[in-house]
Amino acid sequence: MQTKFMLSAFAAAAAFGAVGLSAGAQAGTLQDVQSAGVLKCGINTGIPGFAFTDDAGTWQGFDVAYCRALAAAVLGDSDKIEFVNLTGNQRFPALASGEIDVLSRNTTWTFSRDVDLGFTFLGVNYYDGQGFIGRRSLGIGSATELDGASVCIQTGTTTELNLADFFRVNGMDFEPVPIETNEEARTAYLAERCDVYTTDASGLAATKSAFDDPDAHIVFPEIVSKEPLGPLVRQGDDEWADIGRWTLNVLINAEELGVTQANVEQLAAGTDNPEINRMLGSEGEFGELLGLSGDWAVAAIKAGGNYGEIFERFVGTGTPLGLQRGLNALWTSGGLIYAPPLR
Amino acid sequence: MAAAAGIDNEAKSTNVLRLWTDERARGVILQVVVLVSLAAFIAMIVSNTLANLERAGLDVGFGFLDNPAFFEINQKLISYSSTSSYGRALIVGLLNTLLVAAMGIVTATIVGFSAGVLRLSPNWLVSRLVATYVETIRNIPVLLQIIFWWTILIELPKVADSVVIGGGIYLNNRGVRLPAPILEAGFGWVFFAFLLAVVATIMIATWAHRRHDKSGQTFPVFWVGLGLIIGLPLATHFALGQPVSWDVPVKQRFNYTGGFNIVPELVALWFALSVYTGAFISEIVRSGIMAVSKGQTEAASALGLRSGQTMRLVVIPQALRVIIPPLTSQYLNLTKNSSLAIAIGYQDVVATGNIILNQSGRSLEIVGIWMLIYLSLSLLTSAFMNWYNKHISLVER
Repeated sequence: MQTKFMLSAFAAAAAFGAVGLSAGAQAGTLQDVQSAGVLKCGINTGIPGFAFTDDAGTWQGFDVAYCRALAAAVLGDSDKIEFVNLTGNQRFPALASGEIDVLSRNTTWTFSRDVDLGFTFLGVNYYDGQGFIGRRSLGIGSATELDGASVCIQTGTTTELNLADFFRVNGMDFEPVPIETNEEARTAYLAERCDVYTTDASGLAATKSAFDDPDAHIVFPEIVSKEPLGPLVRQGDDEWADIGRWTLNVLINAEELGVTQANVEQLAAGTDNPEINRMLGSEGEFGELLGLSGDWAVAAIKAGGNYGEIFERFVGTGTPLGLQRGLNALWTSGGLIYAPPLR
Repeated sequence: MAAAAGIDNEAKSTNVLRLWTDERARGVILQVVVLVSLAAFIAMIVSNTLANLERAGLDVGFGFLDNPAFFEINQKLISYSSTSSYGRALIVGLLNTLLVAAMGIVTATIVGFSAGVLRLSPNWLVSRLVATYVETIRNIPVLLQIIFWWTILIELPKVADSVVIGGGIYLNNRGVRLPAPILEAGFGWVFFAFLLAVVATIMIATWAHRRHDKSGQTFPVFWVGLGLIIGLPLATHFALGQPVSWDVPVKQRFNYTGGFNIVPELVALWFALSVYTGAFISEIVRSGIMAVSKGQTEAASALGLRSGQTMRLVVIPQALRVIIPPLTSQYLNLTKNSSLAIAIGYQDVVATGNIILNQSGRSLEIVGIWMLIYLSLSLLTSAFMNWYNKHISLVER
């Protein structure tokens, strides 16, 4: 009898675990957001540069800035956001269940997430890749010399898979030391529990900048994976996906066209560049076609500036992360950042 | 006619009323009501979940367990590589959970029983020391203790300065590396000799017990048994010309390779769980011993038993009846607490499941598997302890 009771208790618990996946809204996310008057945006629980709280306690960062631009475009106010902090494991169920409207949490665009999990990626706002950091005293200059090494990993990302693939393809062995949080993983690396530490290159830069003696460590040149990071929404609501996609495209096009947070109001009155005019609404009705107001793009750019401004403010060379634009420069400057035109 | 119907109705209503005032009938009705509403509640949740999953275009199933895992695991009790399946990765994780739980249960029991008995020691210093241990340890969250032990262990000498213990054993902050035995033909006989010794010891013990009951003569079963169990396999081993060779660790560029490595994560988790659970067990043991009335001890010494014999033959068997049920809970706690392994990178079933969950996105299935595994482990432990409890319980006449 006791066993039976516990089995039914288990069934109930399992069902409770499952109920988190209920209430998944399929269409009409725009209407839901507008009637609620607030955009529910899923972000990281805290990562320097990408999602962090400032001195005033408000959320800031590269990923957060996208949410603010989207809220401004949809609701006309970049503060009408409810931020939902999610760990790597929570993010997908949260999006699938409708707990959030958009996920902007340094998430890699992969086939299985796009197809199998039923999400739609809105584009790429950061081209990243997994790299290694090690001590200079190891006397090696390349990750291909790591046969037999112990590797610290921050678990819960695509990192494990890339790492295993890289070592297998190169015919090398390694001992994984997978640790849940960045802090503990760093502790283990600094105590020489492992020879190298691996995560996305942007994260390595942030981690290295916090070491007591950054010059004693070297980031190896190999980037072992492609990590195109970007925002994503649930599959099946094309209208909402279009809004999210074109908000990102507006931020990128704005940088290309020289539209900044400072001059966007002035340019919105009308210029002799038809592309700027179409984007900012003085020509055509692009906002209305999306189901938004005519000044949606103005609001989005005013929220935090164009793509380049957001990059420099939160993760660029002037910040503790000190990331170069590199792959994330505009296509006109030799990078990969490229947005389709508004016409 | 109308009057008759009225009486009939009245009779019916009193019947229903009587059903309610009848204690047994009322109990049955209430149980049925509760059971039906519980079943309805569960059915509602399940159908709601399934409907929503279908609407979101997600299918639930365990077919993904056959897909290749594409990640490595650092402690493997069975063969595993990154091209093995998700299912196998989960089994490797489960075995790691079982290993640390089993090791922890054994040591926590030893620590707990020793501390429990010592707490009652008439020696003021000893009992105070044990009291300090218990009160300190059980009031600090076990997660902090796990991280504490791990932080100490990873501050051991680095690989380059490994402590050479001798016999091919090396100690550094990546673990203890030991030579691994490679069994050759003929080792089966050594194992057979070991089994033979165990069986012989059991037979001797039974014979000695019977003789003791009849004649009161004692026989040193413990020493004889120990001699047999160690001596017989050892003698066979040498007689066959040592059919074992050793895989000795060798220093490579980054690490020692070869042999067998005990990772610091396992040791830290094992220490922390043993010390933490041991503190709780010691209190259970103390309460069990104190529950045995003083008259039993006095009667035992009146019969001429020494204090060690009094403890072993009179007090402990009676105390066990009080100790076993709460002890079971502690074993269950220890097993469940082992899931905190993820904090320090010991790859138990939760840590491996986490990676699978992340790569495949199958959160519902993985969480279900976790719950099923811990529930099964707990029920199995309970079942065994209940059997043992019945086995040792006082036979009342």
